[in-house]
Amino acid sequence: MAEHVQVGADVIVMNAVDHVATALRDLQAGETLSYTIEGRTNTIAVMEAVPFGHKIAIVPIAEGDSVRKYGEVIGRATRAIEPGHHVHVHNIEGIRGRGDKARKEGEAPV
Amino acid sequence: MKTFKGYARANGDFGIRNHLLIIPTVICANQVCSRIEQMVPDTVAIPHQHGCSQIGADKDRTFDVLAGTGRNPNVGAVLIVSLGCEVVDPQALADAIRETGKPVEWFDIQSAGGSIKAIQHGVELARRMRAELDRAEKVDVPFSKLRIGVKCGGSDATSGLASNPALGVAADAIIADGGAVVIGETTEIIGAEHLLAERCVTPDVSSKLYSIVERFEREVERAGADMRGGNPSPGNIAGGLSTIEEKSLGCISKCGTAPIRAVIEYAEQIPNGGLYFMDSPGNDIECVSGMAAGGAHLVCFTTGRGTPTGSAVVPVIKITANAQMYRRMEDNMDVDVSGLLTGAFDLREAGRRIEREIREVADGKLTKAEILGHREFSINRIGPSL
Repeated sequence: MAEHVQVGADVIVMNAVDHVATALRDLQAGETLSYTIEGRTNTIAVMEAVPFGHKIAIVPIAEGDSVRKYGEVIGRATRAIEPGHHVHVHNIEGIRGRGDKARKEGEAPV
Repeated sequence: MKTFKGYARANGDFGIRNHLLIIPTVICANQVCSRIEQMVPDTVAIPHQHGCSQIGADKDRTFDVLAGTGRNPNVGAVLIVSLGCEVVDPQALADAIRETGKPVEWFDIQSAGGSIKAIQHGVELARRMRAELDRAEKVDVPFSKLRIGVKCGGSDATSGLASNPALGVAADAIIADGGAVVIGETTEIIGAEHLLAERCVTPDVSSKLYSIVERFEREVERAGADMRGGNPSPGNIAGGLSTIEEKSLGCISKCGTAPIRAVIEYAEQIPNGGLYFMDSPGNDIECVSGMAAGGAHLVCFTTGRGTPTGSAVVPVIKITANAQMYRRMEDNMDVDVSGLLTGAFDLREAGRRIEREIREVADGKLTKAEILGHREFSINRIGPSL
């Protein structure tokens, strides 16, 4: 957690190694936003609408890559994600608690 | 404020409320209990779906939750209503609660001669017990005696970004004062368990934490299901949470930074002082009911989507960092920390606001859920009905 969010911040990045920022308001395609990581200011061009509370990629993520937020792995990219794009269930998936995968990989269902 | 006004119990514990609890041992006694509750002001009945056709650990769990709820220090006296033929033994339940030294009465509907006579008998008992409880005078209680639960439900992205870290600051303050904090929701530390395991006081505690998460994940695999859709829920996903890992990483900050002293069972007594992990489902009502049965005095509950639920015997403090939801559901929310995300105040201040609310609620201030009459109660099942 950032100890203190800047007044008027559009997005928040929880950890310096994160691939994503979280929108603090509804973001529109075509906007250019600035955000800070460890005191350094960066900018990101928003490529598609991202609702409040949802994630936006701030670096390129390759298909199959682990995706980080809070400095930890929150899932795996199911396709390549370019910076500025919405990151959610359509392009990342959880790795844990996947009984459906366990079955597909040959384990007998109950 | 170093002390709050509470109720001294015979076993040396202290309550922050003085409930007369009416417990049905079985679903068949629910209606009689509800009628008694309606007819005697300031009583709380806990209707539930269980108490019969249960065996083994599942039967024990129902018994333990009923006994623990009766033993909770916020409960001053207990009236148990049995049907007369169920698997939960009313005499054993009364004995388990009487160990705390509080008054307990029980009777069964079959011996009483049916519902009407049972309601009449129950009302007479409840009136007498309530009158006795009302004579209790509050005493000064040090905050070090407090045990609080931390829970999140109806989460969205603001939970992990702001309300959970703010609750963590308050949890650290309660522990620094000598109080106890319990966190649960085994399902919602999946993907973040390594961070909590690092904080366990011994390798044994750490391996127990890993084993309860593994046990749950194996259950999900056995069912051949994907957790997503169930957890994160559709509302979580609409709120921006994509995976259980993301939800979990946002969840764990609500317990602060203290070492984890022990992993305790669902509904097991929460020790005094320090941080504990209770092995419980993420389901809001089952988790909070387990904490109440473990002797929590109150539960702090963060939410982003907004949820109205309370608990039968413990005040539930609702905390949010979602400004829009707070405006929509102010009737249900106790603490607004959305200023943390607009830069209006910092994490320390957000934590202080929650801590202040905890102290005031311990001292008698009613939560929104209490004012609205929310008395949710639910027992976690671990076996089939016969």
